Amino acid sequence: MYNFEFEKPSTVADAVSALGGEDAQALGGGQTLIPTLKQRLAAPSTLVSLGGIPDMQGVCIEDDGSVAIGGATTHATVASEAAGSYPALAALAGLIGDPAVRNRGTIGGSLANNDPAACYPAGALGSGATIITNTRQIAADDFFEGLFSTALEEGEIITTVNFPVPQAASYQKFLQPASRFALVGVYLARFADGVRVAVTGASEDGVFRWSEAEEALNKEFRQDALTGLSINPANMIADLHGSKAYRAHLVSVMTKWAIEACM
Amino acid sequence: MPKDSGIGASSKRREDVRFLTGAGNYTDDINVHGQAYVHFLRSDIAHGRIKSIDTSAAEAMPGVVKVFTGKDFEGVGGMPCGWEVTDKHGAPMQEPPHPILAQGKVRHVGDPIAAVVADSLEQARDAAEAIDLDIEELPAVMNMKAAAQDGSTLVHDDLKNNICYDWQLGETDDTKVDEVFANAAHVTTLDLVNNRLVANPMEPRVAVGEYKRGTDEYTLFTTSQNPHVIRLLMCAFVLGLPEHKVRVVAPDVGGGFGTKIFHYAEEAFCTFAAKACNRPVKWTSSRSEAFMSDAHGRDHVSKIELALDADNNFIGLRTNTYANLGAYLSTFSSSVPTWLHGTLMAGNYKTPVIQVNVKAMFTNTVPVDAYRGAGRPEATYQLERVVDKAARELGVDPIALRRQNFITQFPYDTPVALTYDTGDYNGTMDKLEVAADLAGFAARRAESEANGKLRGLGINCYIEACGIAPSNIVGMLGARAGLYDAATVRVNATGSISVMVGAHSHGQGHETAFPQVVADMIGIDESMVEIVHGDTSKIPFGMGTYGSRSLAVCGSAMVKATEKVIEKGKKIAAHLLEASEADIELKDGQFSVAGTDKSVAWGDVTLTAYVPHNYPLEVEPGLEETAFYDPANFTYPAGAYACEVEVDPETGQVTVEAFNAADDFGNIVNPMIVDGQVHGGIGQGIGQALLENCAYDENGQLLSASFMDYAMPRADDVPFYGVDHSSQTPCTHNPLGVKGCGEAGAIGSPPAVVNAVLDALNSGGKAVEHIDMPVSPSRVWAAMNS
Ligand SMILES: Cc1cc2nc3c(=O)[nH]c(=O)nc-3n(C[C@H](O)[C@H](O)[C@H](O)COP(=O)(O)OP(=O)(O)OC[C@H]3O[C@@H](n4cnc5c(N)ncnc54)[C@H](O)[C@@H]3O)c2cc1C
Repeated sequence: MYNFEFEKPSTVADAVSALGGEDAQALGGGQTLIPTLKQRLAAPSTLVSLGGIPDMQGVCIEDDGSVAIGGATTHATVASEAAGSYPALAALAGLIGDPAVRNRGTIGGSLANNDPAACYPAGALGSGATIITNTRQIAADDFFEGLFSTALEEGEIITTVNFPVPQAASYQKFLQPASRFALVGVYLARFADGVRVAVTGASEDGVFRWSEAEEALNKEFRQDALTGLSINPANMIADLHGSKAYRAHLVSVMTKWAIEACM
Repeated sequence: MPKDSGIGASSKRREDVRFLTGAGNYTDDINVHGQAYVHFLRSDIAHGRIKSIDTSAAEAMPGVVKVFTGKDFEGVGGMPCGWEVTDKHGAPMQEPPHPILAQGKVRHVGDPIAAVVADSLEQARDAAEAIDLDIEELPAVMNMKAAAQDGSTLVHDDLKNNICYDWQLGETDDTKVDEVFANAAHVTTLDLVNNRLVANPMEPRVAVGEYKRGTDEYTLFTTSQNPHVIRLLMCAFVLGLPEHKVRVVAPDVGGGFGTKIFHYAEEAFCTFAAKACNRPVKWTSSRSEAFMSDAHGRDHVSKIELALDADNNFIGLRTNTYANLGAYLSTFSSSVPTWLHGTLMAGNYKTPVIQVNVKAMFTNTVPVDAYRGAGRPEATYQLERVVDKAARELGVDPIALRRQNFITQFPYDTPVALTYDTGDYNGTMDKLEVAADLAGFAARRAESEANGKLRGLGINCYIEACGIAPSNIVGMLGARAGLYDAATVRVNATGSISVMVGAHSHGQGHETAFPQVVADMIGIDESMVEIVHGDTSKIPFGMGTYGSRSLAVCGSAMVKATEKVIEKGKKIAAHLLEASEADIELKDGQFSVAGTDKSVAWGDVTLTAYVPHNYPLEVEPGLEETAFYDPANFTYPAGAYACEVEVDPETGQVTVEAFNAADDFGNIVNPMIVDGQVHGGIGQGIGQALLENCAYDENGQLLSASFMDYAMPRADDVPFYGVDHSSQTPCTHNPLGVKGCGEAGAIGSPPAVVNAVLDALNSGGKAVEHIDMPVSPSRVWAAMNS
């Protein structure tokens, strides 16, 4: 690890100004950033912890029934506090990593990082969430821009993530055997006005919506709605843990399981 | 009736009090006043020629004490190999130099090029980044078969090729072997890979070197399974230091699994640098460094052929193996694919003709050496997979086929150089059939099928040669050391006992089990006995712990030393009781005159030994005895394992539903500790079978370089095990009749798991002959859809 300055502001405004410094970087739960620093793969001058900002903490239900989660809320908090209001999302949070990771890692950090095998990107895209930052609101459909890349500008902070709550939803995660991130994860959400299917872990372009499956399910929400549909393996990820064809196959299986869970 | 103390009792592991409450003293807990820290600059390419190294900028960095490169070690030896294997033409193996820091070339990702010693670790890392390297990248030698071809790029330019040795064991006459196969009624052939593993003990390696100018003495604190071996190798072969000036301490060690047997460059470096810098020097491996510098395990590519006659008797076995040694010879690497592997190819079966062929290869990968089981898992896996395949091809019951071919007469001379002293393979198979409820399998399969899952049952047997090893035999086979062990039993005046042992405990529970033996022999409370281990300045010259040898070899030395103590105690008691020595008996801590009520307590005798006022003049004062023990033979634990798996046909996911082990370990000192050893071994075996895979790409980059990609088994990957060790044929040649249990689980379990997966797939109507380990979901799915 290289040396850095450490700041822990208590308001979003102070955090934003601290992040204005040269090479300053936001620190959420540190579950990705700290290992990166230890390997000397990043050298920020200042780390600005978002963990001391009360406005960025916790889960609450908005007047329109949507669930708003503070950007610095840990996975463990979401798993317990959203269990009643948005059980599928709470279940997703409860399946991330191990207890130590869940007690440190945050939703804002996960979305900002946009790891191609992470769970929250699927939850946010599948739910049609709105990512709220210190400057603007970004629809999930416009937020994820490929591997480890998002619409966030330099120094922009995710302060809240707003989730509309579907009639039914399910996250099906097939574990990568070593990391236990998603080898393939599918988040399916059924709203009054349509079904959304978001896939993580599978594509070389990061999280994506499987629009053919959505169309089929919008026609009729049935278990065998996917018959005849498949994902083109061409831009799936291939690595030690699975070939392109295997990942494409798992997308279908996980989607089928998610449909079953929503029946 | 289970005993509550002494031999046979499940005494609670006393060492766990400190381990479980954070009071252990591991090497990284040791900090020496004034110590500096070393950071190794390691190669990030697999193979390259060093054109220049400029350390001048690094030397000028803040806090830097000294920067070392290969040049600084030109005057000292390299890392030695402890076993010279002779090839099948009678020539010695090719033995390239292994410098402490790279000289001329780098040969694997992780090969240390330079070392920076600085006031702090971060300063050392900063300075290492300022070292200017010019390395010309060369093609990486990765594929063993290609590496064996003439004209392949050479890992070591001075060798004639990349083959360390081309070795053979068993039948030397190829025509005879060919004839057996030509006349066979059935031949089963299998090509398989025994996957490369990284041991990954929880505690990474650490070394702290210290030099005292005033007395010219060195101390090395290190994470080792065998401190005396490290001292001997480092002093005699690497640094040229007098042994009496060097103390090696291996305090609490957080797991070894073989990978902490070997003498590593970092140990020699810290010792050397402590004098060169006139400061203690400490190195703590990061997990990333461990992946690319701890010796790896396994990595064999084999073809095995089994010939059977018309009655399904095994009549011949032939294997051809390429064994990966990595870039350099690690301490015992050469012995693993040969004398620890070929000799076990008979397994539990009376196959009359066996030929084992092994080509050991240099490649641009991390050195490969012993890992829990070392060679014996590779042998067992080949044999038990081919036997299973033969049973399927012939449509016979895999248990019946095995039973039919079991060795039943002992002692038994195998065609591959061993003499099994005793065993009862039907006995353990009988126990297994009951414990695993094989009769109920069909019902369990039906239930799984009703849930859309395939269920499979995998059976296998194993035998291992452990209690390593008779020095005269291993000497003939090329070992450059003896493999006896030693113990000193020091009785204190008040009757408590310290036993200084050569074996090292790094999870095995010696601190509990060894005192059980001594206390039982004397008839005193276990709490009166303690063992001392892990410090060359305190213990007699012993060879350490590996090869399931501690109790069988060091424990035997301890028994001999205790017997000497008891003999002397009887002399003193006879004097005190005014009786003849021949009439003195020791029982429950009392020396008594046979047939009388005259007795004297253990503590009175020990006190008399140290306060010899009323004392037999011909007897020396004091009560302390040492014994060395060299075993007459290996010991041969054996057993039968059963694994039940479910396979999800949609995803290829395998779950282990049940695992039962029936082992014959001979006599047992602490059944609970034995259970634990078997549990751990099976856990590692399931890890190898389903999860673990150390993979390189074709350029020699390590793909599984962290726990993000290297899958260690977790608690929920394994079932609750059934362990039975009630079938016991005591070892015939050591005083305790014990055989050793540390490696059995890791040796016996991988084939059971793989056999079970194949049984499941075949039960689903898919004829799958083989899947290489790790049998991951993606591989299972690919096999089902091929
Ligand atoms: C062992 C282990 C297992 C894991 N398993 C899983 C898993 O199964 N599934 C899964 O999805 N994830 C998994 N993770 C990832 C983890 O859950 C975190 O979500 C992830 O590391 C990022 O969150 P963080 O709060 O730790 O962010 P940090 O590591 O602190 O930061 C990550 C990045 O996001 C930026 N950042 C942080 N917070 C904000 C914010 N509010 N606004 C803008 N930018 C921000 C940082 O500057 C940094 O660039 C695992 C991690 C570990 C270590």
